[in-house]
Amino acid sequence: MDFVTQLLIAAISAGTPLLLATLGGILNERAGIIQLGAEGLMLMGAVTTCVVFLRTGNLGVALLATLGVTALLGLIHAFLSITLRANQTMSGLAMTLFGSGLSAYLGKSISGNPLPSSLPRLDLSFLKPIPVIGDIFGNLDVLTWFSIVLVVVLHLLIHRTSWGLHLRAVGDSPATADVMGVHVRLIRYGYVTVGAMLIGLGGADMVLTVAPTWNEGLTGGRGWIAVGLVIFARWNPVRALLCAYFFGALDSLGFRMQLLGSAIPPYFLKMIPYIVTILVLMYLGYRNRNKPSGTPESLGVPYVREQRF
Amino acid sequence: MKQRGQVFKLSFMLLFVLAIVLAGCGGNNNAGGNTGASSEPTAAAGDSAGASAQPSGDKPKVAFVYIGPPGDGGYTYQHDLGRKEMEEKLGIEAHIVENVPEGPDAERIITELAQSHDIVFTTSFGYMEQTLNVAKKFPNVKFDHASGFKTADNMGTYFGKNYQASYLTGIAAGKMTKKNHLGYVGAFPISEVIYNLNAFTLGAQSVNPDIKVDVVWTNTWYDPTTERQAAISLLDKGADVLLAYQDSPATIQAAKERGAFAGGNDSDMKKFAPDNYLTNPVWNWGPYYTKTVQSVMDGTWKNEQYSGDMADGMVDLAPFGNKVPEDVQKLVEDAKAKIISGELNVFTGPISDNQGNEKVPAGKTLTLEEVLGMDWLVNGVIGPLPK
Repeated sequence: MDFVTQLLIAAISAGTPLLLATLGGILNERAGIIQLGAEGLMLMGAVTTCVVFLRTGNLGVALLATLGVTALLGLIHAFLSITLRANQTMSGLAMTLFGSGLSAYLGKSISGNPLPSSLPRLDLSFLKPIPVIGDIFGNLDVLTWFSIVLVVVLHLLIHRTSWGLHLRAVGDSPATADVMGVHVRLIRYGYVTVGAMLIGLGGADMVLTVAPTWNEGLTGGRGWIAVGLVIFARWNPVRALLCAYFFGALDSLGFRMQLLGSAIPPYFLKMIPYIVTILVLMYLGYRNRNKPSGTPESLGVPYVREQRF
Repeated sequence: MKQRGQVFKLSFMLLFVLAIVLAGCGGNNNAGGNTGASSEPTAAAGDSAGASAQPSGDKPKVAFVYIGPPGDGGYTYQHDLGRKEMEEKLGIEAHIVENVPEGPDAERIITELAQSHDIVFTTSFGYMEQTLNVAKKFPNVKFDHASGFKTADNMGTYFGKNYQASYLTGIAAGKMTKKNHLGYVGAFPISEVIYNLNAFTLGAQSVNPDIKVDVVWTNTWYDPTTERQAAISLLDKGADVLLAYQDSPATIQAAKERGAFAGGNDSDMKKFAPDNYLTNPVWNWGPYYTKTVQSVMDGTWKNEQYSGDMADGMVDLAPFGNKVPEDVQKLVEDAKAKIISGELNVFTGPISDNQGNEKVPAGKTLTLEEVLGMDWLVNGVIGPLPK
């Protein structure tokens, strides 16, 4: 395998938790609700997976429990920001603080215990003869495949179906959607909950593929990267995939450059993702300067029927 | 309507802030989450210590400051095992404060602990200056700082020659590699990691002169995602035995996926991949903590700079993985016996660095001070040391 193929494989492996969390964030924000709780939700997803997997020994049950717990947290965020119209930034930050503390507490008893197994892999050996594709897609785990399929599904959902139209309407102009007979609150509740579940699944993926054990602070701030990627991808699932893998590749590129014997200090290599982010944002900002930014128009604005803002 | 809505909103925001604060405190108190948490156990410690802050002779009050959570399964976990052993042997109960960041917070926490304890163990290198500052203010309290080099009348240091165990791990790695290519995941390019990497390389070369060691620096002690990427980069370059001077078992997990061998650091990590596990250096702090607290009880405590090794058991080797053959285990055990007897010294010349300069002439041995200040890589390690 050549350097680029190896880098792509590493990019997908490092990018998948980011991708799941970013997709969750996109659903949240497409519905008009800011989601800054990703870090806390990922940690809660990771710790729930570990606790339940160790107790029951069943990965399916563990993932279901993860979806359940993060759905509950999503509902709390939805209740605060939709029904109570609380400040969404505050509610999200609270979710991050709450999730970090609670996950550390819940995981105390199982911290450092190895998980029974990692994710099952889909062995597509018939792809092997194809040069690059075979190496990359021949042996991916099920959550990676799920995330890739999800990108396609969400892309079609958002841009090609009436459900997607409703979602975008609720995020852009809830009043208009309301007039059209769309149930704004229900839709927002639904997408915030599903979004939180996907973010939690990102945490589960991280603990299952990266470190086969729970430890507090396991995500190392990657929830915040996902928050950034939502904006970086301009609320588009396909771009989210590219961005997540791009960041995954950058995570790995520094080490590969060290091994190629580059004299660049590792401190500098660690800065690469952030420098590249700034450069890409500058370029995109310049290229799209006369176009709409893609931000849902009513992002962060609570909707109250018959109230003018 | 609008105004009422805003009042409504505002009051909920305030309520929510309160909820966060409460949740934060509550969670941290139990979980020992982060900075905010640290004062809580301290306060509790202060209460239970009562009025007798002076050394009382029979049962000293002991406190530990940890850099991570005791459940980290690595560095802090081993310290906590040592604390428990000491408590059991001496029948006393120590107070611990976990997750203390290196910086101003550490100084505040050490100060609070010093007010109600007779001896405070600060277990991370980054607490050195803070421990020294507090030691000057509390001359009646004893301080013991792990891995540092500064002392005072009432402040000692302790650490161990874990490079001896790294050397032995290197012997096992040198025997297990099929490609003569090892990989090392280093946290930071600091002397502690450098002398362990060098010892690992020398150990491997002692049984396999053709060995080369690739190294990557992660600049983090604990971040599983980063550690995994570092390990995979090494495996992709062709290394088939890895050792990680890191706190998470991510490297072992990555090696397991590729059918390679790996070891970690600080504690026995065999359980994460028994069939792909090599071995690695482990810490055993219990006897030292017991001895030190005993000396405080007896009034014989001195501010020494204690350096443990394989002979006194502070440094040891984890059990071998299932696939490490008997003859390799035997080879390592023989070398271990030689290290314990003093016959074998890891840093005995001739040793040259990887730039071609002779660093230790034949027949000479580095002093402990020279080892602790090491800033060069031995021949066989690939790449320059980052500046």
